[in-house]
Amino acid sequence: MASSSAPRVAAAGPVVSLRNVTKRFPGVVANDRVTIDIMPGEVHVLLGENGAGKSTLVGMLSGLQKPDEGEIVIDGMPVDISSPRQALDLGIGTVFQHSMLVPSLSLVDNFALGGAWWRRPDREGLARRIGEQATSIGIRIDPFALAGDLSLGEQQQVEIVRALMRGTRCLILDEATAMLTPRDAEQLGELMRRLVKRGIAIVFITHKLNEALAYGDRISVLRLGRNAGALGPEALAAADNHDAMAEVVRMMFGSAASEHTRGERRPLPAASELRTVLEATNLSVDDKSVPLSAISFAVGAGEIFGIAGIDGNGQKQLAEVLAGQRPIAGGQIALNGADIGRMTVGERRNRGLRYVTDDRLGEGTVAAFPVSTNLLLKQIGDVRFWTRGLERPAAIADHARKHVSEYDVRTPGIETPVGKLSGGNIQKVVLARELSGSAEAVIFSKPTYGLDVQNIRTSRRRIQEAADFGRAVLLISTDLEEILELADRIAVISQGKLVGTIANDSEARQKVGEMMSGIAQ
Amino acid sequence: MGLFTEAFLTSLVVGAVAAGIPLLLAGLGEQLSEKAGVLNIGLEGMMLVGAYCGFLASFLTGSPALGFLAGAGGGAVVAAIMAILCVRLGLNQIVIGIALTLGAEGMTSLLHYVQFSKTYPRLDAVETTAIPLLSQLPVLGDAFFNRPPVVYFALIMVGVMIYLYRSTHLGAALQAAGDKPAALDAAGVDVIATRSFAVLGAGLFAGLGGAFMAIVGAGIFVPFMTHGNGFIGIVLAMLARGKPLWVLFGALLFGASLSMTTALQVAGVDIPTDIIQMLPFAMVMLVLVLAGRKASLPLALGSSYVRGAR
Amino acid sequence: MSVEDISVADATDRARVDRLRAAIHMILITVGPVIAALALGGLILIALNVNPLEYYAYTLRRGLFSPTGLQATLTRMGPLLLIAASLIVAFRAGIWNLGGDGQFLLGAVIVAASAPLMTAFMPVWLVLALCMVMGAALGALWSVVPALLRAYHGVNEIITTLMMSFLGVSLANVLVKLAFLDPSTTTPQTRTLPVDDRLPRLFGTTTSSGLIIGLVTIIIVHLMMTRTAFGLKLRVVGANAKAAVHAGLHVPLLTVAVFAISAALTGLAGAVDILGTQGNVRADWNPAYSLMVVPLVFLARFNGFGTIAFVFLFSVLSIGGESAARKLGVPNYFSLVVVAILLIVFGLTEYLEQRRQTIARK
Repeated sequence: MASSSAPRVAAAGPVVSLRNVTKRFPGVVANDRVTIDIMPGEVHVLLGENGAGKSTLVGMLSGLQKPDEGEIVIDGMPVDISSPRQALDLGIGTVFQHSMLVPSLSLVDNFALGGAWWRRPDREGLARRIGEQATSIGIRIDPFALAGDLSLGEQQQVEIVRALMRGTRCLILDEATAMLTPRDAEQLGELMRRLVKRGIAIVFITHKLNEALAYGDRISVLRLGRNAGALGPEALAAADNHDAMAEVVRMMFGSAASEHTRGERRPLPAASELRTVLEATNLSVDDKSVPLSAISFAVGAGEIFGIAGIDGNGQKQLAEVLAGQRPIAGGQIALNGADIGRMTVGERRNRGLRYVTDDRLGEGTVAAFPVSTNLLLKQIGDVRFWTRGLERPAAIADHARKHVSEYDVRTPGIETPVGKLSGGNIQKVVLARELSGSAEAVIFSKPTYGLDVQNIRTSRRRIQEAADFGRAVLLISTDLEEILELADRIAVISQGKLVGTIANDSEARQKVGEMMSGIAQ
Repeated sequence: MGLFTEAFLTSLVVGAVAAGIPLLLAGLGEQLSEKAGVLNIGLEGMMLVGAYCGFLASFLTGSPALGFLAGAGGGAVVAAIMAILCVRLGLNQIVIGIALTLGAEGMTSLLHYVQFSKTYPRLDAVETTAIPLLSQLPVLGDAFFNRPPVVYFALIMVGVMIYLYRSTHLGAALQAAGDKPAALDAAGVDVIATRSFAVLGAGLFAGLGGAFMAIVGAGIFVPFMTHGNGFIGIVLAMLARGKPLWVLFGALLFGASLSMTTALQVAGVDIPTDIIQMLPFAMVMLVLVLAGRKASLPLALGSSYVRGAR
Repeated sequence: MSVEDISVADATDRARVDRLRAAIHMILITVGPVIAALALGGLILIALNVNPLEYYAYTLRRGLFSPTGLQATLTRMGPLLLIAASLIVAFRAGIWNLGGDGQFLLGAVIVAASAPLMTAFMPVWLVLALCMVMGAALGALWSVVPALLRAYHGVNEIITTLMMSFLGVSLANVLVKLAFLDPSTTTPQTRTLPVDDRLPRLFGTTTSSGLIIGLVTIIIVHLMMTRTAFGLKLRVVGANAKAAVHAGLHVPLLTVAVFAISAALTGLAGAVDILGTQGNVRADWNPAYSLMVVPLVFLARFNGFGTIAFVFLFSVLSIGGESAARKLGVPNYFSLVVVAILLIVFGLTEYLEQRRQTIARK
């Protein structure tokens, strides 16, 4: 909940207004008559799921795109923002989630980029100004530190200072906490409060509802490109935490009783009757950003165990250590009772462990290779398809055709390079590969990220089927809705630890929300 | 006949400078290019073209100075091709680099043959300019302070590059172009222009180094005469981690190993030339084995910059 | 015919036309660069006061259409094909093995030194077989350091292989001049292997059977890379290292294997050149074939059969060029220039191809 104890600067009117802004792309309406007023001295949260249209709005405000309809009004006058430079001149500064600092240059040199090439940069003067600006908003930075030595959170602070030095009055933070550790995110939140006291308007883009409630003075919810509701400062101040959360969730996802029903699911077997397939005991993993510690859980045959959490809290590290791509620092992993902690990726796979990675094109497939090869990427040399090392094209083609048809992969042919397929079909290829054969336990990592509604539905059905066929399913997802729809039991991962495990009942939504925002244990 | 007589040391240091200057120039050039993110495998070709153009100009006009200018220009022409193909169009830097080196080897040998057939005309020895007082120093005096002016130029360039990298906006822009071009673009600086400048600079340096080899070093042009100096220059740049001074030390070190033969002969020790010739390369491998992990290269090295590509 | 029949026939026709168009396109982008390179080379010849048509005609006549020339061309192909095979293995696996010259020479020297001595107490076929193994082994050995540095420390192999190459060339020279000198002549070279003890000639021609070794090897390499599980693993490593880890492949081990195979093949090329053609190694001898084969392999897009065609073309140019050097006064450096232009034109073709595909997708 936003701490509204500090007096806010008297608002004369909105700094920036979006009036009925519409933006279309081929095949989709990204923003549909969106109207938002950004008041000075407020943290205005733009909240919405992936695909809700937040990034497109940011693009238009920062000069990367222009609206098809509607207008953008600054200080009461409609403007046409035609370039990033112009946006800056108009007082709109944007900080994106990927840092725009050159790692091997000092901060001063970073800020000095763009000066006349033969001139000597005025390092002392710039350093002084940076220091003044930084102190005025209550953060400490060493102007001569190398940008690469700073943590991501500190780099963002530097970008904010840079925006302020350019006279930004409306600061847009686009998914600024997406890559931050929870501690850094808190610091950013506090910084936002200090900035806002100076009268600056902040637009804070996020899809994480706990942050919205924690840092926002005003929340505008976007859903499928449209305004889906708003909570002003009075409403936020008046309502208590639980109610506000429920209200926002309702705006973001629709009522709990709508499309995503858990009633479709088959009845849960009692937890005690399940045969444990995949088990982690006191697992710990070294990592320079999010080390894991004391991870313990057990997934039974036919069960879907969901791990929810804010992105960047150790999900990737957990998936990789279970799959064998990362070494264990301590603890055990057991598959069907056997200790697999020291086994290679291939050995684990042979024993029935499957891993559906979230990085489809980066590591899940080889884009230049045909669909048929990608379907066998983890089984190169398997005797069914290679006799004494020599490939059997007929067997490989049959295998490919069978899977393409079974999983409804839309592709011109089985020899088409997988990189040419749409994201949803690439995901189908990955699913086909991982879910077929003698799978015992399947790890899903953000399985529907970036997919359209149709493919999301299909993928979720596959996950359900995997469990129905008796496999142990570990569902790691940052999509709360997905977890609530599919999981039998839910744990939340936060800062590399598992925070509580609950059954997915009618109170699950509330409890998970609380665990994710650090309120409950 | 001792190993550490003045005669031996003098011969060694003089030889080190003579052999080291081309390496220094090649290294500085490659360092400039790599700093901005362009891996320049064509450096050997640029040196060779510089050697040929330098020799030809010097031969036709009798002026070494014009020869040096022509050599630098020749190297820059080859670099311009690289800039257009790799920086502007984005073709693979390694493939084009190999092509330019092969092409330079072929063209210079061809042209030399066509002009001079099987004869190898010699250039007159280049006059040295002694720096008063300093050239009287034992050992170092002859080696560093009694040399043709181009040597002083090369040594001064070390300082110029240090200043450029540390104390100008261009230096920061070069660094940014190699480390994170997107940030440079966001700051409103033309990444393509910055990288092109770096590549052309590399060509100028390498061309000058090649011209030095032909005009001062050998006095003639022989096909393929650069014999790997360009590649050693690339190694120097990779090991020097962005510091021009280290390129200088490395160049002198390698120059010393190359000139060891003559020096040893002066000292009366008889080690076969071929074994001595192995020294620089063996040294490089040793250093790479010991410290290869830490040979720092800019992150964006070898990849072309496309705006908007995330 | 019913309406359905006609539309089916239409579709089949259209598919046939599409395939034809694709085939023509493929030929264009493969042969196009060659013609362009020859044309541009022709311009250079004009600048040198040589009639390009006369030059090319003479080259073809001496390299291809004369019996001795053709045999020399085919003989030259042997070692070149082995080098091409070496590069195919390396490049497909994403490894820049540019150390070929050192690997080649060391293989050649060890064979040149040993073979004449071994014939004294072993049958010729055994000598040939053992020497080829030795050449390959030495080549592979010479790649160990760059291989380990790359596999376990991520050190860029362009530099390490180049340095090892220069080192190898110098070492080869040292060995020739100091260790393996032929005492019976004043010219600094190794003992000469008598013609009878060399690789047998083919069917009464002067073509060395090294050609067969080369052809067989490159076909085996091609099949290995495209049809075997091992080859697929190497290609995965070369195409996407992260996917290779994800797929459970042992990347460092595979990397070392690639270096070993690639360098062994180049070492073998050196052995074959000595055993088949040269008979000895002269001091300061370095044909420097490796870099010249690089463009040929790229043009063939790492396809073994295509490579054979390009290597043949290059051999003709090379052998014919050597004759033309004497007759027309155009030294063989010209083939270097043509090869370089070829590589650049190839790069441009790829660029235009990518542009065309991006535009088509929009």
